[in-house]
Amino acid sequence: MTIVELKNIAKHYQGVDALQSLDLSLKQGEVLGLFGHNGAGKTTTIKLILGLISPSAGQVRVFGEDPAGDNAHNLRRQLGFLQENVSFYDQMTGMEVLSYFAKLKGCAQKQCTSLLEQVGLSQASSRRVKTYSKGMRQRLGLAQALLGEPKLLLLDEPTVGLDPIAIQDFYNSIAQLKAQGSTVILCSHMLAGIEKYIDRALILGQGKLLAEGSLHELRQQTALPVTFKLQGSNMTIPDTLADKVSHLKEGMQLQVTQQQKMATLQQVMTIPELENIDLHLPSLDDIYMHYMAQIKHVETH
Amino acid sequence: MQAILTVANKEFHDGLRNRWLISITLIFALLSIGLTYFGAAASGAVGVTSLSTTVASLASLAVFLIPLIALLLSYDSFVGEQESGTLLLLLTYPLSKSQLLLGKFIGQGGIIALATILGFGASAVLLYFQLGDTDIFSAFGLFIFSAILLGLSFTAISYLISLSVSEKSKAAGFALITWFLFALAFDLALLALLVGVEEGVTQQGLTQLMMLNPTDIFRLVNLAGLESSDINGALAVAINASLSQTQLISALVAWVVLPLTLAIFIFKKKTL
Repeated sequence: MTIVELKNIAKHYQGVDALQSLDLSLKQGEVLGLFGHNGAGKTTTIKLILGLISPSAGQVRVFGEDPAGDNAHNLRRQLGFLQENVSFYDQMTGMEVLSYFAKLKGCAQKQCTSLLEQVGLSQASSRRVKTYSKGMRQRLGLAQALLGEPKLLLLDEPTVGLDPIAIQDFYNSIAQLKAQGSTVILCSHMLAGIEKYIDRALILGQGKLLAEGSLHELRQQTALPVTFKLQGSNMTIPDTLADKVSHLKEGMQLQVTQQQKMATLQQVMTIPELENIDLHLPSLDDIYMHYMAQIKHVETH
Repeated sequence: MQAILTVANKEFHDGLRNRWLISITLIFALLSIGLTYFGAAASGAVGVTSLSTTVASLASLAVFLIPLIALLLSYDSFVGEQESGTLLLLLTYPLSKSQLLLGKFIGQGGIIALATILGFGASAVLLYFQLGDTDIFSAFGLFIFSAILLGLSFTAISYLISLSVSEKSKAAGFALITWFLFALAFDLALLALLVGVEEGVTQQGLTQLMMLNPTDIFRLVNLAGLESSDINGALAVAINASLSQTQLISALVAWVVLPLTLAIFIFKKKTL
């Protein structure tokens, strides 16, 4: 079942093309990562899906309906959203804030207790939000987004301000939601660690789609090299690899195409002096940097 | 409807939590009880004075205080939530913009209304015990009713401000200017007009001009029925004008409904 469908979307804001000819189709249970520089069109895309703005051209469908249309009211019960930098109501306690949002969404109040527990705020639930740290506010925001077991969850920079353990917990809840059949869109600058939890990435730059696909597909598309770091004293490198080697302070570095990875690995293993090997596949970070460098290249020419 | 009530309930509790209700009630009660007792001090007497003097003094006091309090209470209603990010979040909930606005209006209007009833009601009760005159309740009833309308009108006006600017500090500045224009400058301009225009302004014309300012309508509602010796300024001229109490109250109601409708319109047009 298609949850989100964007067809040839364009959005102009005050003379700026925030988005140009964007297509996107998201199936139930998918986790999509939405990446891009500031002003790339991530937030505009999210606002379009939420029905907060309407496209200048093209068609947006969420659960098969127009999110800014007449049935938006019912649609929104099935949505969860957390935006960047929400600070909530300082004078209210965490529990009061969550309970206010639960009432507005028409959810049972008992959900609040379990959600606060899930995000690790049980102890602080009766404290005023004013006393919360940035990470605690972010966790309260997550609890809010999870109200009513949303079928579609849109999270803009959800891990900002969270410590590594909280980030881990957060990704675990995403995996759990996915297992329950929820569809998730994650918008982030922080790419490290996110790879494992997304099915697909969409990279935007200056309002245009730069790349889309699974990590594997993106690696193929970018044709970025696989890097071997070899350690050992006086290593004798097979002749076939000699031209791909560069010497580092400690050991050597070897860069080959992804297709050559297994063959190279077998050859490398035959080096008798080899003490240690470090294998680096192009990460989401590398892929992202690759596309950003492309934009810069176009800009400077 | 449920959504409106949820928002209204939250806003009302904010008013309780931030001590708005108790502060406004106390200000109204202390000032009105003070005026009831000492209103005639200038003429050499202390103690409960005549009903008309009391209502005249209260009305001249309320005309400055109520708009200021309403503006202070509500100027950041939208721009404040916009700055903290909750406005955008609320709009992704099953809640329309008009429901959110009306909910806020009912909650914050409820704080103003309750404070007005309790604060000014206190001096009505006090006067009743002193004078034993049941006329007090009808005179105060009208006064409190029109004071609530005045408060609601400025609550709606502050929503217009809050929805039209993008920073809280700007909204505060505009709120202050609005108060200055309606509560002070408008009347000075009217006086200047009366003195400055040689052919004179007709009573009819003056009254019509006064309809442009809710604080003047409020004054007219409360002072029209009183002896004119207690009244001065531009009002004294207009006081015997042809508008009935019902017309005046309707004009005041219009000053609640029109800014509120305009605020809903602006909110609907606004993109976040």
